[in-house]
Amino acid sequence: MAAAPVKSPGQAPLVLGLLLAPALLWLAALVILPHVDLAILSFRERIGPRQYAASLAQYKTFFEEPLYWHVFVRTAVMSVTATLLTLLLAFPIAWTIAKLARGRAGSLLFVVCLIPFWVSETVRTLGWMILLRESGVLPALLVKLGLAAVPPELLYRDATILVGLVYTSLLFMVVPLVTALESLDNSLIEAAYDLGAGGFTILRKIVIPHAAPGITAGCIVVFMLTLGNYLTPTLLGGKNSQWFTEQIYTQFITRFNWEQGAAFGFLLLGLSTALVVAGLKITGQQFGEVMRRT
Amino acid sequence: MIPSLPRPFWLRAGTAAYLLAFLAFLFLPLIVVGVFAFNDAPYPAPPWRGFTLDWFLGNAAAGRTGLFADSELLGSLWTSCVVASWVTLLSALIGTSNAFLLERGRFRGKQTLSVLMLAPLVIPGVILGISILAFASRIAEFADDAFGLELDFLRPGLPLVVLGQFSYIATIATLTISARLRRFDTTLEEAALNLGASKAAVFRTILLPFLRPALLGSAGISFLMSFADFNTTLMVVGSDSPLTVMMYGRMREGASPVLNAVSLFLMIASAALALTLLRRSDAGRRA
Repeated sequence: MAAAPVKSPGQAPLVLGLLLAPALLWLAALVILPHVDLAILSFRERIGPRQYAASLAQYKTFFEEPLYWHVFVRTAVMSVTATLLTLLLAFPIAWTIAKLARGRAGSLLFVVCLIPFWVSETVRTLGWMILLRESGVLPALLVKLGLAAVPPELLYRDATILVGLVYTSLLFMVVPLVTALESLDNSLIEAAYDLGAGGFTILRKIVIPHAAPGITAGCIVVFMLTLGNYLTPTLLGGKNSQWFTEQIYTQFITRFNWEQGAAFGFLLLGLSTALVVAGLKITGQQFGEVMRRT
Repeated sequence: MIPSLPRPFWLRAGTAAYLLAFLAFLFLPLIVVGVFAFNDAPYPAPPWRGFTLDWFLGNAAAGRTGLFADSELLGSLWTSCVVASWVTLLSALIGTSNAFLLERGRFRGKQTLSVLMLAPLVIPGVILGISILAFASRIAEFADDAFGLELDFLRPGLPLVVLGQFSYIATIATLTISARLRRFDTTLEEAALNLGASKAAVFRTILLPFLRPALLGSAGISFLMSFADFNTTLMVVGSDSPLTVMMYGRMREGASPVLNAVSLFLMIASAALALTLLRRSDAGRRA
């Protein structure tokens, strides 16, 4: 009798039903149906007051209006750049935390790296604005050091947007990288060194293949968050930001052109999904595993 | 290179320098936000003109409204708290229910369902926002046309903000609580049942205490994420703005040290919450 498996909740049909109901309600009412609705919106066109017809006009506008697809491509390219920069910047830190720091120093450093991300993005962006605007801290410092005659405006540049995006994304890269690197056995590195491999060879042949799942997970998450970011590009880039989420906002909220906004939303979702799928395919990973890792 | 292998001096020095630069990069924005909350000047910008608490307490003579008298900011802070409490409560409930569903339930399509539950995390927040906005409006319009019902809670406003944030924070709660439930030793449950405990008693006295750390952890994370959410909120917000949206609006208009003051308050509050959570999870691990 004692060996019989517990009849746990979830096997009785009534309990199962009670547990399924909230999950299905959540997914159907807040995720699936709204997206179906958004799809329907994006495939119609207003032909008169409260009269609509099915059409591809919204998508056609996107391809025919250079501004729209310029902004789209620009957002994608900037997001890829920001992701790669984040990876480059985060890797040495993850390596230090996972391999170099001894004992408690490692976990302490890890916690210190996470602290800024407990604060909301608005606050962090405010900090960057105070640092970089024309009357801000860094331009004043540059003048004081004699590197500039007048305080330069450091906001509203592409490089500034990149700095802000990388800053916001660091956490999501450091965490999976540390997890991946911690599981790498030091003796493998020692063996490679004894066999005469140089630092670069060890990195390329041992460290990167081992950390690949962590690298992919980090890159996917960072890319998605960057692509969908709104706050950082609009505040740090100002009018020059030209971020695609801003176009969606303009169509949806400012111009009240929901059909066009829905089409833009789907294009962004498509791009984001395509890159996630491509990233998973290239490294041969499962979606569920990657998400659990991060 | 790892410590057991020889590292040339330039590499060690380089690592240390990089680490310092990195930490400066991480903390510089937060430090300036904090410091300029106390600067005696109408703009959060150098030079330093002396220490003041005006941006917290206000100074009628100088025409400065401090944080504690800025009813608009305080109101939005309260709005954020209310929204975050609802999101936290709903997420904890559905997270627990989903954890049991995924870890204990046996039904067809479970794999699909568990992958579907992850979807909200890969949908950009802006798109979650507009899709919920459009869908809610459609239902409201339909109710109005067909039955003459005015469903105000489906129009942009706080109920939609709660739903929008909940739509993806629920996933995070589900992942956190499921991970803990997976580690539960079912023999404890068997023993209690063999000793005659009812299922309700087992849930209350054994499972719930076991899940407590995960429930508290996910509640803390849900609250913070809701507080910090901007993308989804911006799309469905009505006339009452939560703090992030209010701050965004003011940051676009221009700078005022009051924003630094409220930011400093947020930093301290989230640091306190983070420390409590870390302490608790440490204690839980040792117990």
